[in-house]
This record gives sequence, structure tokens and C-alpha cells, in this order.
Amino acid sequence: MEVRELICIGCPLGCPLTVKMDGENIEVSGNTCKRGDDYARKEVLSPTRIVTSTVHVTGGAIEMVSVKTKTDIPKDKIFAIMDEIRRTTVNAPVSIGDVIIENCAGTGVPVIATKDVAKV
Amino acid sequence: MRNHDIVIIGGGPAGLAAAVAARKAGIQDILILERDGCLGGILNQCIHNGFGLHTFKEELTGPEYAARYIQLVEEEKIPYKLNTMVIDINQEKEITAINREDGLTVIKAKAIILAMGCRERPRGALNIPGYRPAGIYSAGTAQRLMNIEGYSVGKEVVILGSGDIGLIMARRMTLEGAKVKVVAELMPYSGGLKRNIVQCLDDYGIPLKLSHTVVNIEGKERVTGITLAEVGPDRKPIPGTEEHYSCDTLLLSVGLIPENELTKSIGISMSRVTSGPEVNDQLETSAEGVFACGNVLHVHDLVDYVSEEASLAGTNAAAYVKAGEKREGHVVTLKAENGVRYTVPQTLDVNNMQDKVTVRFRVADVYKDRYITVYYDGVQVSKRKKKVLAPGEMEQVVLKKDSFDGYPELKNIVICTEVE
Amino acid sequence: MKEKNFDVVVIGGGVTGCAIARELSRYNLNTCVVEREEDVCSGTSKANSAIVHAGHDAVPGSLKAKFNVEGNRMMEDLAEELDFEFKRNGSLVLCFAEEDRPALEELYQKGIKNGVPDLKIITGDEVRAMEPNVSEQVVAALYAPTGGIVCPFGLTIALAENACDNGVEFIFNTEIKEIRKAESGYELEADEMLLKASYVVNAAGVYADVLHNMVSEKKLHITPRKGDYCLLDKEAGNHVSHTIFQLPGKLGKGILVTPTIHGNLLTGPTAKDIEDKEATATTAQELAEITQKASVSVNNIPFRLVITSFCGLRAHEDGDDFVIGEADDAPGFFDAAGIESPGLTSAPAIGAYVANLIAEKAGAEKKENWNGKRKGFIRPEKMTREERAALIKERPEYGTIICRCEGVSEGEIMDAINRTLGAVSLDGIKRRVRQGMGRCQAGFCTPRTMEILARERNMKMEDICKNAPGSNMLTGQK
Repeated sequence: MEVRELICIGCPLGCPLTVKMDGENIEVSGNTCKRGDDYARKEVLSPTRIVTSTVHVTGGAIEMVSVKTKTDIPKDKIFAIMDEIRRTTVNAPVSIGDVIIENCAGTGVPVIATKDVAKV
Repeated sequence: MRNHDIVIIGGGPAGLAAAVAARKAGIQDILILERDGCLGGILNQCIHNGFGLHTFKEELTGPEYAARYIQLVEEEKIPYKLNTMVIDINQEKEITAINREDGLTVIKAKAIILAMGCRERPRGALNIPGYRPAGIYSAGTAQRLMNIEGYSVGKEVVILGSGDIGLIMARRMTLEGAKVKVVAELMPYSGGLKRNIVQCLDDYGIPLKLSHTVVNIEGKERVTGITLAEVGPDRKPIPGTEEHYSCDTLLLSVGLIPENELTKSIGISMSRVTSGPEVNDQLETSAEGVFACGNVLHVHDLVDYVSEEASLAGTNAAAYVKAGEKREGHVVTLKAENGVRYTVPQTLDVNNMQDKVTVRFRVADVYKDRYITVYYDGVQVSKRKKKVLAPGEMEQVVLKKDSFDGYPELKNIVICTEVE
Repeated sequence: MKEKNFDVVVIGGGVTGCAIARELSRYNLNTCVVEREEDVCSGTSKANSAIVHAGHDAVPGSLKAKFNVEGNRMMEDLAEELDFEFKRNGSLVLCFAEEDRPALEELYQKGIKNGVPDLKIITGDEVRAMEPNVSEQVVAALYAPTGGIVCPFGLTIALAENACDNGVEFIFNTEIKEIRKAESGYELEADEMLLKASYVVNAAGVYADVLHNMVSEKKLHITPRKGDYCLLDKEAGNHVSHTIFQLPGKLGKGILVTPTIHGNLLTGPTAKDIEDKEATATTAQELAEITQKASVSVNNIPFRLVITSFCGLRAHEDGDDFVIGEADDAPGFFDAAGIESPGLTSAPAIGAYVANLIAEKAGAEKKENWNGKRKGFIRPEKMTREERAALIKERPEYGTIICRCEGVSEGEIMDAINRTLGAVSLDGIKRRVRQGMGRCQAGFCTPRTMEILARERNMKMEDICKNAPGSNMLTGQK
């Protein structure tokens, strides 16, 4: 049986988690909510993260629009996603939730705007 | 001179939440004064996720969290002025502000809510020896240049201080192609949230050196390198432990200081520990009708708690304006003892308090398996065990109004940590 | 290689060079100032005690004594004429032990010989009545009411601007690498420029020996004497109101504690002789020394309110005096070398003296249209509310505050950039209008100031420097 100690990143509380793995059987303790359990299982099997960054805006009231992956993506895809984000520019106007990149880096997850940018 | 019921100084997360709450409590005549060019304050540059789980029950980025409150302010049609700097407040609650359009104006308020936020501690305050080249940034300044203006501030980076902004910037700069060589922290524990160590440092293999500090900065024009050294229990560098790092950038994330210059100018009594004003359970300062919330009151880790605190300040300011005077009943003092560094609020009015009051505080050191205990005049009334307590993470206890029923002569509430 | 001809080339845009240039601008002489850095006031002149010394320290009969007292006397009118900030706050030299009284008396006598007016020895109790925070150990002090404080940037920049307005050319980012005697006058070589001049003024600070020795066999040797300082928040600015010196005694050379003209508290300098003329790095040891020694004079200095520390190099010549005048074996080559303390105070007097020597030698006439008046910066903070409101109405840029700690508006920053010899770097703006000089040390205002500088100078953000070329703030677009 393998035991791993994790810090939950599900929310700022940062609960210390203990994950006991015995083949298919995974047991999580130390979490104070369901998110902790979910996080621990994912983290030991296939860890994921949300990626946030910014994209240059053309013709907008401000230079940059902040963006994020709509859901968490596999951790090993972070830099592939960043590459694609860095090569992207968008035209104003932009609204929160607008899809900036569809299916980013083949993850099936879109990158969406997290800020409104008015056109000027 | 213009008159308003409530004037809120600062349009960041605290000011916005206070405004919305004051409007919901029935005050029509509110004005927000914001020095920057947009509402939302520091959240605009905090593009990372992790905000709002408490307030909105979903995980948002900083700009999204700000947008929720800005939308509420817009829906409520609460007036605000941008690019407006308050340069003076006096005891008559007259506020002097300047901006391009109105020039210099004086506004008289029935109640004022202070929500000016905080600033970063600069290099100078640490007296780090060495040269003074370009490339030394406080983490928040670098964050603004990157996330708002779209520039890169450095390629090879050392970060001093493990405050949350520093940790977030370690990841952010790594994602943008910079090499973050090390994060050094003077204290034997991190000043940031545990989860930020995991997802900002551990994920990217960035080493965190606790009990280390920068003892020299090199470079005439731009930073060319720094020297780190281990510090002893007295936090003084240990000779012989020096280690050189070549880098073009030194980011500092070494603490936040509430921006209370205006507060001090009215003579409001200040806490030496929080560097913010002392407040009662209404979040009212020693100046009647002047309330404070958010990072100007004490530095928070979580914006969700800022919003919660600010809503309370807004509601209470509204009640004060409606009543037209301060009500004062049985006031007791909150004392922070044995490992608890401070409490906010510092006093509590047992007669006029709401049904429950959240008391927030920080501990002085990292403690394991300790109790947070509350005493009413020496009588233990509650006890809660915590596996870990750390100075970087704000704690709270909730005091209920009915818990005071048996204490008609109560003078002091003590909040402390206790070992078994 | 670009070639330029002048009657006079002044090497060094520090306070001495600028004072000489401004005095030279009175005459029909084609003059230039050549400066290694991107702006004036970038060497010793930017990092010193900012004190206008009364003049009791220098050895009677020395050049230091002469120019100090003269410069002090000139400062008031000059401040008025050139519109920079200066205040006679008075100075006190503290005596900590009865056995040191003779030394205090000696200092008093020196001051009298040097012609320092109104000097007085006062008792410890009198000192504490004037300065309640001064140590109980103090038994007496030398009080010099003519001692003052000045903004060294303000003084140097005012001199430079006025010189420039009166026709002096300023060449920046140009380091003189070689000086040759020519058939008539001198040739001065920089990387991409050759300057020819009939007369050369050597006001090159810690490098003045190097330049002098290129043309003279009577060698000079300048040792950079390093001094660290700590600057405290304005909250501590009233801790003392006079400039507090320590009587040199068993504690060694003292550390001063003084208010600055802008209301901060300044402590320092240490004194350490070094060889490296570029070594302007503070050290932990010296910063600790400041704390320790300053606390001998003044009780409870709130060192937790330090907002920055810095280091300056005094140009100490082996002869322990200023070296001023035409070099014996290099006609037309005028030194203003070894200008350490009280150099800032002495600068106006040195300027007049050296310019006069050159004008006489050159037989130069005074200009008819010379204008010695210079209008300083508009300072909204010093205005009444009505004046300020009127200003913003007329010029809205004065209504946008960029630097919150020092209350500096966009208008002031634009003025710093766009006026005569305007700022080209962030430090240039800071020295002119105090943007970023406050308690947050430019944390908030750096990005916005960069935008204004980029806009006004039509340059790219990536090209903005903190000071000299190479000190770029950014490493590219994201």
C-alpha cells in the first residue's frame, strides 16, 4: 500500500490530506469537504490544474485581457497551453466568458476571457 | 462643498462590497472615490484563480470576482469617481479630493468608509545592502507590468519573501518563460498560503529556502546577481552560508502595509500590530461615523473575507447614518494573548452587537495541535482544536450575542492559543 | 567620429560642474558640459548629506574654509533666483564629554577664524530645550544658526537648467576617455565624439584625478570615501529640527541626524576609504554602524521607518583640500577637484571663482541678455486650495495624482520631462519632482510614470531606463 501526503489546493484553506492507495482502492483523509476528496483522487491518478494568463487585445480600451482554461487541464499540458496562449491576440470587444481559443493544445478545453474589454 | 450620506474611499473589493451593502441597507446617497482608472483595485491584476469559493460558491479569477461586484454597483447605480485622489480628511468628515474633471473638491459626509487597501513593503524598508540597479521590483508592481501592461520584467529571477503575491508571481513568470531560481524566506515558515506553495512552487520545481535572506545586490545598471545567506534564530545572516545567484531581477514579496496616512491625519487611534485603525464590532474607528474594512484595517489572505467584512462596514455605516448618532452600550475589550497577535475588532458592544460577530486574528508563529480558546473574564467559554496554525493564514472565532447573557459585568474577552 | 568645438568644456554635470557652467553662461563663451551619465546630478551630487554647512569644520586658510563660508552666504539669494528649496534650520555639533570641551572650543575658534557668523557654544540643557530628542549625555554644543539644508537635486538641476537657458550645451552619456594638449587648447576624446576646447574645466568628481593626470605632471590622487545613509519616512521628519553633528572625538568621525528639506529624516554617512570609483553599494556593516552611532546623538530614532538606504562617494584628495584653479603645467586646464564635503555648500562660490578665472584669461565679455532667473516646478502641494483648484481647471494634468506617497501629479511629471534639460529616465523624474521618493518607493507609480515618460518622449516602454543606458526596467513585451 502506498501513502501520499498532499496539501489540498481546492480552496485557500489548504487542508493537509493523506491518500492511501491499495491498487484500485483509494482512501482520502484529512479533507474538510468533498473538494478535498476529489482533489486527492485526481492528484494521485492524473493531476490537473487551471491555467490563467493574459492575451494581447487589438483595438481595446486596455492592452491585455486576462484568460483561463474553462476547466482544469492535465498538468503536463500546462506549457503547451501557454505556448498557444502566447501566440494568440484578440480583437475588442471581449466579454467575460468569450472563447478565446477553442480546444486549447488538444485538451478539448477552451481558453476563455475573464475580463470585459470595451472597443475603442 | 458637496454633501453625501456615505463616502467610500477606495473602489477595490472592500469599497465595492461596502457600497453594495450600504445601498441594500437603504442609503441612496453614496459616493465611491477611486484613485485608479477603474474599479476593482488589486483584483484586476490578480488574474489567477482561487477567488470566490466562499462568497459565490465557485472558483473565480481576480478580474471575474471584481466584475461580479462592479456589476452589482452598476445595477444599484451607485455613483463613483475614478482617477480621484483623496488628499485630506478632517474631523468634520470633510473630504478633500482632486481629479482632472472636478479639480479640487470638498465633500462633507455623514459617514465615511475607509477602504484604501494596502501597499507593499519596499526594499528600502528591509535595508538590504548592495547596489540600487533596475530590476528590483515589489511583486505587485511586477504583476501589474506583466498582467495589465503586458510586458516582461525579467528573465532570471530570485524572489525574496514567500508572501502570496511572490508565490503567484513565481508561477506566473515561469509560465511566461522566465527562470525563477529560488524563493527565499527570512522566517522559518512561509508567509503565503500552503496551497500556493504546492501549485506555484512545487508544481514547477522552484526551491523555497526558509530562514534565508538576501544579503547583497549586485549590478550597476540592471541587477546582475544577488547573494543569499541563511539566517539564525535571531534572523541575522550566518557568516559562511552565503550563496551567489546570478539573475536580472529581484522580486520582493516581504509584507503588506495598510495605507493609513489619511486615517492617521484625522487622529484615529491605530493598532501597532495591524498598522490599521482600532475598531469596534461595528468596524467603526475611534472617530465617530468613520468605518474601516479590508486591507486598510488589517491585511487579509482571502478577498472573500474582505467582502464579508466590508459588507458589515457598509451595513453599519448605513445604520449610523439612519440613526444620526452613535449608540453606545456595554463595551468590552478583546485581548489577544499567548500566540494570538491581534484581534479585529478590538472592542465589542454587547448591547448593540449583531447576533454574532466574527473576530479575525493571526497567530505569532507556526503551531501544531493547539487549541484556540476564548475566555470571558477568565472563564473558558470555547475551545477549538487546530492541527496547524500559521501566521500566514488568518483565523477567526465567532462570538454569539446570547453567549454574553450570563456575563452582565463582563470586561474582557481573551482569545488565545493553548497547548493540551 | 563627431567633432565639436567649444571655448570651454566642463567635464562633469555634478553640482560643481553645473555651478561653473552657470557662471560661465554669463560670458560670451561657447560652453558645454559633458557628462558620463544620462542626466546631471548623477554622481556624488545625488548621494550626500544635503547640508549647507556653516563653515566651522575646515582648516582656517584652506580653500574649503573660504568657499564654504562664501557658498553658504550666497545660498539664500541663489535659492531665490533659481527657485530651489533651501532652509537655514541651524546646526548643532554635540559634545558628549567634559574632556571634549577643548575640542569644541577649538571648533568654535576655527569657525570664528573662517568668518562663520553668529556661532555660539550652548549648554546641554539649552541643546535639549531646542531639540528634546537629543541625548542626555550631551554636555554642550556648538550652535551655528547659518547651517542649512537644501535639495541637492534641486540645486544642481536649477543651476544646469539656468546654464542651458543661457546657452550652455549639455552632452550626456559621454565619458571623456582621453585628453590631449593641442596647438591651442585641448582635444577631449570620448567613444564617438571629439571635443575641442580652448579651456577645460575638470569637475569630474571621483575621476578628477584621472583627468587631471592626463595633462599634468603634478599628479593628483583621489580616494573615493564611501558613505552610507539611511533615509526615514516623513513620519519621522520632526524627530529633530536642526542638523545634528557629533564632535569628532573618541567615537571617531561622527554620524549626522538631520531633517531634509522635504521633511524626511536623514542619518549618515559612514566613512570608508576604498579604491573602486564605482563602488556605490551599501554594506550591512555600515548600515548597522549608522543605527548605532546616530543613536548616540539622538534618542529613539524610529529606524523601523527607514524607507531607503543609499551610498555616495566623496572625492577625497590626498592634500585634504579642494584643488581649484588652473593647473601649473597645463595652461587653460582648470581643476575643480577633490570636491568632498563641504562641496555642495561651496559649489556656488567655486562656480563664480572658476568662471571668473576663465573669463579673465579668455578676455570674455559679459552677455547683455543673460538671465539669471529660473522658474522652478509648479508645486501644487505648496499652494492654497483655491490656487490648486484654479491650476487644475487650467491644466487638468495637475489633477491626476500619480505618486500617492509624495502627492505628485501627472502635470509635475510632464513638466519634469518637457522642460529645459528634461528628465529622460525614471531617476531623472524622481530627482526633479520626487515621484517615487516616498514611503512605497515607487511601488505604485512606476508603471504609470513609465507610461507618461514613454508618451511624452515618444519612446518604447522597453527602452525606458531607471537611469543610465542599460538600466532598462523591462526585458521585453510579454
